[in-house]
Amino acid sequence: MLTRAEHRTSRVAGIAALLCVGLALAAPLAVLLSHGGGTGVSSSQGDYLLRITRFTLLQAGLSTLLSLLFAVPLARALARRPVFPGRRWLISLFAVPLGLPPLVAALGLIEIWGRNGIANKGLGLLGAETPFSIYGLSGILIAHVFFNLPLAIRLILPALERLPPEYWKTAANLGMGGLSLFRLVEWPAMRRSAAGAAGLVFMLCATSFTLVLVLGGGPAATTLEVAIYQALRFDFDPGRAVLLSLIQVGLTLVVMLALKLISAPTEAGDTKGGASNRPDVSGGVHAVPDAMLIGLGGVFVGAPMAAVLVSGLNADMSRLLGDALFWRAATTSLLIGLAAASLSVMLASLLVRARYSADARPGSAMMGLLAGLSSAAGSLTLLVPPVVLGAGWFLMLGGGTGQLLAPLAVITLVNALMALPFVMRVMEPAHQGTMERNGRLSMSLGLVGLNRLWQIDMPAMLPALATGFVFAVALSLGDLGAIALFGSDRIVTLPWLLYQKLGSYRTSDAAGLALLLGGLTMGLMILADRLGNRNGSGLR
Amino acid sequence: MRKYRFLPSALAALFPFIATPAVSADKALTVYTYESFIAEWGPGPKIEAAFEAECGCDLKWVGVADGVALLNRLKLEGDKAEAGIVLGLDTNLVAEARATGLFEAHGLDTSAVQIPGGFSDDVFIPYDYGHFAVIYDSEAIGTPPASLKELVEGDPEQKIVIQDPRTSTPGLGLLLWMKSVYGEDAAQAWQKLSKRVLTVTPGWSEAYGLFTSGEAPMVLSYTTSPAYHMVAEETNRYQAAEFSEGHYLQIEVAGLLANAPDKELARQFLGFMMTPGFQNEIPTNNWMMPAAPVTMDLPEAFSKLVSPETTFLYSPEEVAENRAAWIEEWLGAMSR
Repeated sequence: MLTRAEHRTSRVAGIAALLCVGLALAAPLAVLLSHGGGTGVSSSQGDYLLRITRFTLLQAGLSTLLSLLFAVPLARALARRPVFPGRRWLISLFAVPLGLPPLVAALGLIEIWGRNGIANKGLGLLGAETPFSIYGLSGILIAHVFFNLPLAIRLILPALERLPPEYWKTAANLGMGGLSLFRLVEWPAMRRSAAGAAGLVFMLCATSFTLVLVLGGGPAATTLEVAIYQALRFDFDPGRAVLLSLIQVGLTLVVMLALKLISAPTEAGDTKGGASNRPDVSGGVHAVPDAMLIGLGGVFVGAPMAAVLVSGLNADMSRLLGDALFWRAATTSLLIGLAAASLSVMLASLLVRARYSADARPGSAMMGLLAGLSSAAGSLTLLVPPVVLGAGWFLMLGGGTGQLLAPLAVITLVNALMALPFVMRVMEPAHQGTMERNGRLSMSLGLVGLNRLWQIDMPAMLPALATGFVFAVALSLGDLGAIALFGSDRIVTLPWLLYQKLGSYRTSDAAGLALLLGGLTMGLMILADRLGNRNGSGLR
Repeated sequence: MRKYRFLPSALAALFPFIATPAVSADKALTVYTYESFIAEWGPGPKIEAAFEAECGCDLKWVGVADGVALLNRLKLEGDKAEAGIVLGLDTNLVAEARATGLFEAHGLDTSAVQIPGGFSDDVFIPYDYGHFAVIYDSEAIGTPPASLKELVEGDPEQKIVIQDPRTSTPGLGLLLWMKSVYGEDAAQAWQKLSKRVLTVTPGWSEAYGLFTSGEAPMVLSYTTSPAYHMVAEETNRYQAAEFSEGHYLQIEVAGLLANAPDKELARQFLGFMMTPGFQNEIPTNNWMMPAAPVTMDLPEAFSKLVSPETTFLYSPEEVAENRAAWIEEWLGAMSR
C-alpha cells in the first residue's frame, strides 16, 4: 500500500530502471546486427535449427519438471522441520552450486555418477557387470537437477516460512491431513514462488551450454546456445548470432507466459518471517519420511560438492594461497561481484516496486504494460547469451586495448543483468508481504516517502535483500565473464584463472581454485543467512 | 581512448591489485596473443624480458581466450586495433585472417623456420607446431591403437573423449585428420568411431579434465602432452599413441598488422621470434615444438615423444572452403 506520491515515484523510477535494462540489452544487439551482414539461414541449417530447438525445449522442460518435482516435497519437509542439527548449513549449502563454474560442477558430478564414479563402483560391488553411462539426456538431467533443485528449494522455502504460525495452529486444531494441508495451505502459499522458480529453472536449462556438451555425449545433444556460440565465435556471423538469440528469447517467452497462467498472485496475509514451529507436525508422523527426503536431497546435492572438496584438498593449497596472482584474481572477482550485486539489487528493487505499484491499478493499459515489462525484465536478461552481450558492448566501446574501466564496467553490467532474474524472484514475494503487512500501518502513522522506505520497508525486506545480494555475488563469482572471449587485458578473475590452469595441464591447481571458489560462495551465503535472520528477528 | 588516459592510472592507484603496465620506454610494441601464452607459467614473460633487453623498448601483451578469439577480436576492432603483431593464429585460421585485409607482408627471410612438410607464407610466420595425437592412460590400456583405423574399429567399451569441431581447434584438427585419412569414407568412419566416443566437449580443457580424472582412457590432444606429465609431474603414465597413417599438424603463426604504430619495431619482433631467444622458451613453457633452432638442451622427455613420419596438413584455403560442409557431414554421422 502506497500513497499517491509514492506510487508516482515508484512508477517513474521503475520506468527509468526499465530503460536502463532495455538499453543495456538492445544496444549491443543492434550494434552487432549493424556490424555483420546477416547471412541468413540455409535450408539444411533450417533442419539443424529445428532439431536443436526441439532438443533445447525437451531437455529444459524435463529438467524443470524434475527439479520442481523434487523441490516441492523437499521444501515442504524442510518447512515442517524448522529445527534440526545442520539445517542452516544445509540451506546455505544449497546456494553453492549457483556459484560453481559449470565445468567444475561437471567434474564433481562425474566423480559420483561417471563411469568410474562412486555410484558405478557401488553397483559394481553389487554385481553389476557393465557400468551405466550418464552421457546423454540422463547426464544432462542429473546435472541440471543438481544445479536447480537447490535453487528452487531456496526460492520456495521462504514462501512456506512466511506463513504465520496461526495457520499451522489452526491446521493442527482442525486435524488437517497431509493432503488437505497441502491443497489448502501449502500449495496456495508456494504456488507463486514455485512458478517463478520453474520459469527461472527453465531459462537456465534452456541456455545451458557447457553441461549440455560435456555430459550430452555427442552433437545429438546440442542446444540453441551452442549454435549461438558457434555463430559468434567460430563463424563470426553476428547477424546469425543475434537472430538465434531472438529465437531463443521468443521461444522461452512463450513458456514463461504459460507458467504465468498458473501463478496468479496470492494473498500473502499477515506473515511472520523465519521458520516457525509447527504444531501440526508435532505428532511426528512425518518424521521418518521427512528425514529420509531431506537426507537424500542433501546427499544428492552435497556429494558432487564433496567430490570437488576432496580433489581440491589434494592441491598444493599453501602454494596457491601464497600466489599473488590468486589474491589479485580473488580481489577483482569480489569487487566485480559486489558492484554487480549492488547494481542488480538496485534495479530489482525499482522494478519490483514499480510492478507492485502498477498492479495496484488494474485495468489501465499503461499500468499493465509497466507491470508486464517489469516482470519480463526479470527474465529476458538471462536469455540473451552473455557472449552476445559482451561482443556487442565490446564493439560499442571500440575495442579494449589499454582500457581498464570499460571492460570492468561491461563485466559488471553483464553480471548484474544475469543476476536480475534471481534477485527479483527473491525480492518480489518479500516486497509483496511487506506492503500488505505494513502498508496500512505506515499510512495511518503518516510515515511516507523516504522515511518509510528507510524505517519500515528496508528493514522488513533485509533478509530478502541480503539473500538476493549474495545470490548475485555468487553468480558473478562463478561467471567466466563474457568479455573473456574478446580480451580483458589486465583483468584476471577467479574463474578465468581456473580455466587458465585447466587449459595448461594444471588440473590440481584448478581443483584447488574450485574449492576456494565454492568455499567463498558458501561463506557469503552463510553470512547472508545469518544477517537476514538476525535483522529479521530484531524487528519483531 | 587518449582523453581518458588518466583513468587507468587513477584506477590502478585505487586498486593496486590490478597490474599496471611496465614503465614506458621510448618505443612500445603491443602484441595480441592468447592468454595461456602470457600466463605466469607461459613463455610470454620470459620472451618479454629477452626482447626488451634487445630492443630497448616496452613490449606489451594483450591476451584473449584462444586463437579463435584472437581472430574475432581483430574482426571486431578492424583497423582500430592498437597492436603491431598478432601471435597465436593456427593455419586453419590463416585464410580468414588474410581475408580481413588487416595484415601486411612481413618481408623477412624465414629460412630459419623448419616445419615438418614445410610452410612458407609471405604474411604469416610459424613460431611453433605440434601434431595432434591420441593420448592414452597406460594404467588403463595395455596396447593402444596403432593406427587411426584401429582407433575407429576398436572395442567400443574402451572410450575416447574428443572435442567439438564447431567450437574448438583440436576438434577441428581431428575432423581434418579423419578427412585426410578416410576422404570420401569419413562419414562412415565417424559413425563407427562414435560408438567409442564417450562425449564431445566444447574445448580442450573439458576433454583433458575428463581424461585425467580417469573417466576415459583416451583423449585427443597433442604429441607433446606427455612431455608435460614427464617433466612437470615426473610420471610416464600418460603417453601418445603413434598412428601408422600419420598425424595431422597444427602450426601456430604470427603476422604483422598493416596499421602497426611502429612497423620497424614489429618487424624486429618477428625477426626475434625466429631466434633462440624466443624459441628456447617454447618447448617447456608452451609445450609445443619450436619452429626454429634452439640453443638449449631439450629435457630428455622430448626425445621420448612420438615424432610422426607422415604429416597431414590441408592448405588454409582448402579448410576455409570445406569447413562448413565437413562439419555438417560430421554432425550427420555423429548424431545418428
